[in-house]
Amino acid sequence: MTMLDGNQAVGEISFVRRTPIAPLPPPLAMAGALGWVRANLLSSPSNIALTVVTALFLLWMIPEAVNFLFIDAVWSGSDRLACLPSAQQPEIGACWPFVWERLPYFIYGSYPIPQRWRVDAFFVLLAIGVGWMLWLNAPRRDLGVVYFFVVMPIASVILLTGLAAIGLPPVDTTLWGGVLVTITVASVGIVVSLPLGVLLALGRRSRMPTVKTLSVIFIEFVRGVPLITVLFMASVMLPLFVPDEWSPDKLLRALVGIALFASAYMAEVVRAGLQAIPKGQYEGAMSVGLGYWQMMRLIVLPQALKVTIPNIVNTYIGLFKDTTLVFIVGIFDLLKAIEVSRIDPKWAAPVTSTTGYAVAAIFYFVFCYAMSRYARSTEARLAQSEKR
Amino acid sequence: MAIDLPAASRPAHVPFYNNPKVRSVVYQIALCAVVFGLVYGAINNAIENLQRARIASGFGFWNNTAGFDISQTLIEYTSQASTYGRAFWVGLLNTLLVAGLGVVFATILGFVIGIARLSKNWLLAKVASGYVELIRNIPLLLQLLFWYNAVLKTLPDIRDSIIISGGGFLNNRGLFLPQPVFTSGFGMVEIAFILGIVAATAFCIWARKRQMETGQQAPVFLVAFGLVIALPLAVCALAGFPVDFIFPEKARFNINGGIEVLPEFAALLVGLVIYTAAFIAEVVRAGILAVSRGQTEAAYSLGLRPRPTLRLVVVPQAMRVIIPPLTSQYLNLTKNSSLAVAVGYPDLVQVFTGTVLNQTGQAVEVVAVTMAVYLTISLLTSLAMNIYNTRIALVER
Amino acid sequence: MEPTISAAPKPTPLNTAIAVEIVGMHKWYGDFHVLRDINLRIKGGERIVICGPSGSGKSTMIRCINRLEEHQRGRIIVDGVELANDLKKIDEVRRDVGMVFQHFNLFPHLTVLENCTLAPIWVRKMPKKEADAIAQHYLKRVKIPEQASKYPGQLSGGQQQRVAIARALCMSPKIMLFDEPTSALDPEMVKEVLDTMVGLAEDGMTMLVVSHEMGFARQVANRVVFMDEGQIIEANAPDEFFSHPQHERTKLFLSQILR
Repeated sequence: MTMLDGNQAVGEISFVRRTPIAPLPPPLAMAGALGWVRANLLSSPSNIALTVVTALFLLWMIPEAVNFLFIDAVWSGSDRLACLPSAQQPEIGACWPFVWERLPYFIYGSYPIPQRWRVDAFFVLLAIGVGWMLWLNAPRRDLGVVYFFVVMPIASVILLTGLAAIGLPPVDTTLWGGVLVTITVASVGIVVSLPLGVLLALGRRSRMPTVKTLSVIFIEFVRGVPLITVLFMASVMLPLFVPDEWSPDKLLRALVGIALFASAYMAEVVRAGLQAIPKGQYEGAMSVGLGYWQMMRLIVLPQALKVTIPNIVNTYIGLFKDTTLVFIVGIFDLLKAIEVSRIDPKWAAPVTSTTGYAVAAIFYFVFCYAMSRYARSTEARLAQSEKR
Repeated sequence: MAIDLPAASRPAHVPFYNNPKVRSVVYQIALCAVVFGLVYGAINNAIENLQRARIASGFGFWNNTAGFDISQTLIEYTSQASTYGRAFWVGLLNTLLVAGLGVVFATILGFVIGIARLSKNWLLAKVASGYVELIRNIPLLLQLLFWYNAVLKTLPDIRDSIIISGGGFLNNRGLFLPQPVFTSGFGMVEIAFILGIVAATAFCIWARKRQMETGQQAPVFLVAFGLVIALPLAVCALAGFPVDFIFPEKARFNINGGIEVLPEFAALLVGLVIYTAAFIAEVVRAGILAVSRGQTEAAYSLGLRPRPTLRLVVVPQAMRVIIPPLTSQYLNLTKNSSLAVAVGYPDLVQVFTGTVLNQTGQAVEVVAVTMAVYLTISLLTSLAMNIYNTRIALVER
Repeated sequence: MEPTISAAPKPTPLNTAIAVEIVGMHKWYGDFHVLRDINLRIKGGERIVICGPSGSGKSTMIRCINRLEEHQRGRIIVDGVELANDLKKIDEVRRDVGMVFQHFNLFPHLTVLENCTLAPIWVRKMPKKEADAIAQHYLKRVKIPEQASKYPGQLSGGQQQRVAIARALCMSPKIMLFDEPTSALDPEMVKEVLDTMVGLAEDGMTMLVVSHEMGFARQVANRVVFMDEGQIIEANAPDEFFSHPQHERTKLFLSQILR
């Protein structure tokens, strides 16, 4: 048995490497940018064909979009004449003057101009609440919960609807419009659906048969019908079911509809979280003598909610998009504001509609995309904290 | 020293208000009382309010004459003779039509995009991801309004209709296509089609048996395709194409004849398909990713080529993960079709909860019936899905 | 080559004397040089155990042999067939090389029997009866014939790995690769799998086993190969390897493994 040395082929039984091999750079064909391109875009005939087709599609689509939004767009003007095709500019893009002029209407609706600072104050309060809840290292987050779910809603209602006693003239909800309404509906939905959803989820898991049955009926009923029928029910039937004196305000009816609808979906999300908590947690809590509500509040719910934050945020994204449906029951949200504006004869031009829709699309996309990125980062963080 | 054990004592006496069973019963009775009270109060108020507004109750209105027109009817309907009940069926059929077609096209598009997202081609994967992110973060209603108002309504009007080769017109009142009328010779084609299906099935069964016995494989897909598609087409050609077409004719203000596809229908269908496909793409992607790489590696290491690996190993496992959320997306599409009200497509909600409710004022009955319809569809689908799930669940310890 | 069903199975004989020859093989993952100048020649009937710390590239190396991974430089020749971008050659090699994975990778939606007959039916185009008979034969060989109609989810880890071995054997491979076959098993099930592998070795199967089971190496291996940082550091007959390691790193590794 001979001991071979160096780097010869290991054919005989024994071998010992005396000179280690330093790492070499990879062959040129697979290194760096060129290598990446070859591997990902050009690795086989079918791959090459796909790359070509996709590239052609992008070359058609992106310049179109950029042209419309920026290059061919009109940036200043005072009425439709600015946005009509003319000899100098046969291709017209977005009609931005339309947006500048209508922007306050998109944001506030017909809220009286001197009182608009109240709407701004509401947005600020809301932003503070959201930031406090989302920033994980914020101080006193338990106070933040109280602020977000109790203090802020009350303050916002007073601010927006007015209270003569403290010098805030009342503003009727029929004057509200645009982003104000959208954010209001979404916020109410978000603030109400989580607590109510938790209650429903607990009810569905309850061992008391009446509680469980009522919860199941409510949840399955609401989840089985389209939101629009719930909104119709709320706006058309709610006035029938309450005594005449209480006749609820149109916006309130829509808010009730949206809140109930979102709660049912939230209930299912929370229920999945509760099911994910191992039985041992419940048993541990009970064995130290915690009552039902204490157990839920201190042990189970914190864990369940933490685990399902991504799904909760996804439900919120759906809720945010669903707020557009209030338009169909006559509430003046952002989409309605845009619909009304785009048919305004002052700005009648072929590009007005598309411009208006583009603005709405950008608004919704920014909010929803931000929420979905937050959900994804939370998911990643939770997964990381599970790794050893 | 022995410890003196007391004699077995009776169970400790618990005051009744601490007994969990008693408490539970009390809570439930209280809850029932509250719910019952609310419901009773609501119904009382409703009866009072309805009487005051002189609105009828009950379903008598079902047989009253409707008196309004519906722009798309799959069954016989006239404004003079048809009842509200008839209008209900027209609306329901329209809903089922758009939902059915929507499900088919959204599935196809969704699978294509979902698979594209997993492609090794970076460009294709990124474009598919971009599509999904964009579409999922914009409300469906906004997309529908865009397709309807910014795209279809901006088509030229009748005088300047876009002419489609083959005898069609495209304008802002719709897409007008030649309507096929099947003449007597077409019976042969129908027979050929049925024969084709029967023959293809027989061939599949025979090929399977032969494979079990001798191991040889047969090009089942190609043969089946040929029998079901090519054969009837050939018979059609031999019979001299026994189809007559009624071509749409362009009059001054109208187009007569032919099949009319309403822009409302098209906008709703396109919007629903594009929107739902983005969600289906995510479901498909999650399903395929759920099958671990080890499965493909094991199949390759046994000598299986990529396509049989997909067919025999990956897809069966992926389908288990895909089907439940896929059905949920189908339900969402069906419920979302109710947004037809925003573009004026005469679906169930638009016709019944819209026009009929406006005319009769009987909100409670109308909304209740509409909800009942959607609930039935939802519950049936959930039921079917649960049965499917229990049947194909992977057998574990 | 259609195997006949006989009482005592013999592995399919090789066409050449050298089962696997790796010459100057390098592999990179992006910029990371994961395998460096691998030279290895394995004769027919040899049993090689490959050991080394995690990240040393041992799994990557054997996965290059059935082209689950691609090498960028050097040559790999399996029973006279060189592995390159030729799909037909790759298929040929994969048919004749069986692999057993650390996490079994059984197909959960098929029964144990179907797991074993899938490849013979669809790759070797065998009639079902013949495939079933061969599968039953090998299931008996790994001592779990009664589990044929169960699903993988119903079996224990050790049983699943034995099914995985039977599944690979049903293709009558010339060479068997094992990628840490017992690492994912509970201790009480390791023995049953190792016993099966010893049985295979006694029948003359050419085996490459990546494993930390030193007892198995001593019992069955012709050679033990130690790898670290993508290179083959030392190779020797098992007795010499364990009692007189030459390289410092081998000594360090053995001191950590053997207590």
